[in-house]
Amino acid sequence: MLEVTLRHRFDGFDLDLSFTTEGGITALFGRSGAGKTTVINALAGLLRPDVGRVVLDGEVLLDTQRGIWVPPHRRRLGYVFQDARLFPHLDVRRNLTFGARYAPRGSQGAGFEDTVALLGLEPLLDRAPATLSGGEKQRVALGRALLCHPRLLLMDEPLASLDGPRKQEILPYLERLRDGGLGLPILYVSHAVDEIARLADRLVLLQNGRLKAQGALFDVMADPAAVPLLGVREAGAVLEADVIAHAEDGLSTLAVRAGQLELPGVQAPVGTRVRLRVLAQDVILSRQRPEGLSSVNILPVRVDAVHPGDGPGAAIALDAGGDRLLARVTARAVRDLDLREGMGCYAIIKATTVAPGSIGR
Amino acid sequence: MVSFGPIMDLDAAAWAALVLSLRVASVAMLCSLPLALWVAWILARKEFRGKGLLSALVHLPLVLPPVVTGYLLLLSFGRNAPLGRLLESLGIGLAFHWTGAVLAALIMGFPLMVRAMRLAIEAVDPRIEDAAATLGAPRLSVFRRVTLPLIFPGILAGAVMGFAKAMGEFGATITFVANIPGQTQTLPSAIWTALQVPGGENRALVMAALAGLVALAAVLLSEALARRVAKRISGAR
Repeated sequence: MLEVTLRHRFDGFDLDLSFTTEGGITALFGRSGAGKTTVINALAGLLRPDVGRVVLDGEVLLDTQRGIWVPPHRRRLGYVFQDARLFPHLDVRRNLTFGARYAPRGSQGAGFEDTVALLGLEPLLDRAPATLSGGEKQRVALGRALLCHPRLLLMDEPLASLDGPRKQEILPYLERLRDGGLGLPILYVSHAVDEIARLADRLVLLQNGRLKAQGALFDVMADPAAVPLLGVREAGAVLEADVIAHAEDGLSTLAVRAGQLELPGVQAPVGTRVRLRVLAQDVILSRQRPEGLSSVNILPVRVDAVHPGDGPGAAIALDAGGDRLLARVTARAVRDLDLREGMGCYAIIKATTVAPGSIGR
Repeated sequence: MVSFGPIMDLDAAAWAALVLSLRVASVAMLCSLPLALWVAWILARKEFRGKGLLSALVHLPLVLPPVVTGYLLLLSFGRNAPLGRLLESLGIGLAFHWTGAVLAALIMGFPLMVRAMRLAIEAVDPRIEDAAATLGAPRLSVFRRVTLPLIFPGILAGAVMGFAKAMGEFGATITFVANIPGQTQTLPSAIWTALQVPGGENRALVMAALAGLVALAAVLLSEALARRVAKRISGAR
């Protein structure tokens, strides 16, 4: 468990926040300039905050009041930088093994062969960093961090410098890391909601150096108050679904608590559980069960909360048989439909709006 | 009867001057290497009051007339100067001694060495060193395993510059340690002396050719080494 309290002021920017993380992947989300990298650098010991306290699993890494500051090389935190930062004079193998000699004797962690296999690095071992693609560099950087047996892995927008296909190349490795047996907690900094929806277990939202929300991913993503923080086009609940069948026309049937959904582009085999990200702007509400619609994805829901936004829109929190959904409708629609807490209605989800990248475990 | 004596003499004197120059330049270069690296590191990486002054002081011999530098050395380390007497009592005679030539060459070459190394250090991204620290490497290990290999071409360039400057140093050396054949007469001093003697042009020419050969060899060697290092770093194996 990680407990963080930081206060830091520089260049007219003012950071003041505290949060905690548990196991699994905690995403630190915020727009550029929100202070994400400042936070992660302070955790790694690369930046000394004006005031702060960082405790990892009971060990104090930083406490400005008591004058405690553990230098970066003794913190045993793996750090995967946005720009990889491989050692240009060492080949991939030597990059990977760079930190091995500093890991404490008998420390638990990834072995060389396992890491190489997990990240598909075998064909790269004798190459020099200068000859690697962006995605390959990030995989090596990830392996390098894992092999020094960190207690916590810090990842600073590891995919931000990669284009779409390269991202898709890395994401499965991150999922394997999350679902593998290492049990390594990860703090994942990102401003890409789709990555977070796919990977994170917990979500910490930052804005202008302040903490805006923190909690389990499913809770925060379904919170109407988080809509302006995530962006009205990016906001949307994440829910889990079981893959039931794949039809020949390319649609797959997935079961959620309130019913079944027909979605295209689902790669996961039958019987597996996947994450669905349903954008709030793609959910339409109807008081009656609609007939003769082109969409078959209709779920009976109950209105949990109506959250008026600043503009003409409103965010509606919905309970779909225990799953949570988020819908974004106009304030006028709220009035016309007379939407209010506790009311039953139907949510229509357009099948084509679940992007393939948003479907993961 | 033709006497070969003068020619033999000429060869012996030139040989002695060449050996002395090589010795002075090598010792000066090796002695100043660690100090130059340290100063270059400070100038490249640290911010402190008086940094401008330090930089100016280091570069002073570059802009000062060499004769002035030699004279200042004489004033500081001469047999009548307190510092010179102190060193002499410790068995380190500098004035009119080949070690004095080393000191003169060292001081004259120092700014060039610092400059080359400073540029190399500034070219290393400190964020790569940060990455090494997060992998558990203590400071000294980061320097040894990351920084040093990356700045090695710069160190090499600095060393060659220092060596070349020391080989060619004339003004400060002759002012500080004079021009005693076999003791403080370096190759440039010997060439200069030859040119003062009527009919000495041949001697001067031979020694000038020697100086040119040494310089060429040093530059070629450093180029070859730098290419090998650059190859290793850029990854073309």
